[in-house]
Amino acid sequence: MKTAISIKNLSKTYDNQFEALKGISLEVEQGDFFALLGPNGAGKSTTIGVISTLVNRSAGEVEVFGRNVDNHIYETKLDLGVVPQEVNFNLFERVEDIVITQAGYYGLPRTLAKERSDKYLRQLGLWDKRRDRSRSLSGGMKRRLMIARALVHEPRLLILDEPTAGVDIELRRSMWDFLIELNRQGTTIILTTHYLEEAEQLCRNIAIIDNGTIVENTSMKSLLAEIDSQVFVLDVLKADLPKATRFLKDFDVRTLDDQSIEVTVRRGGSINAVFFQLENAGVAVTSMRNKTNRLEQLFINKLTSSE
Amino acid sequence: MYVNHKRIAFETIVIKEIRRFSRIWVQTLVPPAITIALYFVIFGNLVGRRVGEMGGFQYMEFIVPGLIMMSVIQNSYSNVVSSFFSQKFQRSIEELLVSPVPNYVILTGFVVGGMARGLAVGAIVTMLSLFFADIQIAHPVITVTVILLTSVVFSLAGFINAVYANSFDDISIVPTFVLTPLIYLGGVFYSTQMLPPFWQAVSALNPIFYMVNTFRYGFLGSSDVDVIWAFLILGVFAIALYCGCLWLLRHGTGIRF
Repeated sequence: MKTAISIKNLSKTYDNQFEALKGISLEVEQGDFFALLGPNGAGKSTTIGVISTLVNRSAGEVEVFGRNVDNHIYETKLDLGVVPQEVNFNLFERVEDIVITQAGYYGLPRTLAKERSDKYLRQLGLWDKRRDRSRSLSGGMKRRLMIARALVHEPRLLILDEPTAGVDIELRRSMWDFLIELNRQGTTIILTTHYLEEAEQLCRNIAIIDNGTIVENTSMKSLLAEIDSQVFVLDVLKADLPKATRFLKDFDVRTLDDQSIEVTVRRGGSINAVFFQLENAGVAVTSMRNKTNRLEQLFINKLTSSE
Repeated sequence: MYVNHKRIAFETIVIKEIRRFSRIWVQTLVPPAITIALYFVIFGNLVGRRVGEMGGFQYMEFIVPGLIMMSVIQNSYSNVVSSFFSQKFQRSIEELLVSPVPNYVILTGFVVGGMARGLAVGAIVTMLSLFFADIQIAHPVITVTVILLTSVVFSLAGFINAVYANSFDDISIVPTFVLTPLIYLGGVFYSTQMLPPFWQAVSALNPIFYMVNTFRYGFLGSSDVDVIWAFLILGVFAIALYCGCLWLLRHGTGIRF
């Protein structure tokens, strides 16, 4: 498989001597939906900054689609679309002008720029706002505008730095659908996020960065397979509660209240077995939820072990 | 990046810059026009009548080229410094930095934007001056060349100020404490022939003195300086500043970390 991004021994020390990246190496395959996770200050935005040439690196090499960034700066930039963490457009400009101007920076003729702007503003639900000043947009709209702007030159690689931070659930889900479709059409996507559920839902591969070093780099599937146990909360009828706790012999069960139990399913076990035993006991489950986000638990484990 | 793409990128930057200062014309075009009109009324008309002749011309005729030049210098400078610093401050400069636009296209785009505002204000001031003085242009080519070169030089100077500025205070310090004194002491309101030899020598160290006097030569056909020498100084400044700005962009000073 060809690589979209190859980073080798990348280091960055800022002027204040803060060592943001300590020789990280990373590869992202073409067509991947890749998550770069890490706590605040871990080095995610610095990594993105270096790839997008907004941050000068101290050492190391970066290749984008097999081309060295230093030797092929213009070709590299044509392949890249970047959605930064902070709003970084002119708040006094009109929505449509922001996108068309960006297209101009990539050398797109005015008619094509307008066509692309219309396309992405429609797809991202900003069509009705296209003539408004960008400062009048809500937080979620501003983030979508930055996505439209990053896509106007139709890059092969899209880097999103916490694109759904502060966005409501409904809007976040619609953005997920948009990004999944974009990835399906062939765009490689690198995503940093604080919502681990988001990474689990969207990404096939993952790297966890902490304190300037990569502490994990694997597929989402393998990472999730490392989970030792999962905790489920089951709601049952009040009258069935004693039976439920008595009959679930193979699992750790804890009573939460007079209608809820917490069941721990260890690696190799199946939630189906829980339901099977409860059904045999004549217990009706009224609802079920996963108590903790699986990835969140792993994320915390990885960071703890890296310390 | 192909030549055609660069042309489109350049046009985009210039159009954006012109759109920016045109959108806020009440802040960018009107105040200098009012200020210069007041200069015409007070210095040219009221005080000028008592001054009589200066350098062989009516005082009003004498100060018109200097006032036009002053408005071009101030507005070319302030357009680039405020535009580039605002983009840095809002981080919208990142739109340009992540794109494949070469540094020289970015720089030239901002400079042409600064020139556009400087020349627009210069044109307004020239039109206003027609109400106060009978203007004849003795050497049109020299007049146009010197005004273009001056606006280039001060657009570039504004760019350097913006690159190093970290706050809005930083972009007003140079115009207030450096540019304005240099303009006022650059022979806008008087002929340096009136000064004692020592102050004439000091004036010769002020680059704006050459610009004002060469522009005045273009208008009136009379100057305190050698025009060729003045063009040489202007050319050297323009080239040195352009190279300096490119170097700053290449190293990401103030914009890349």
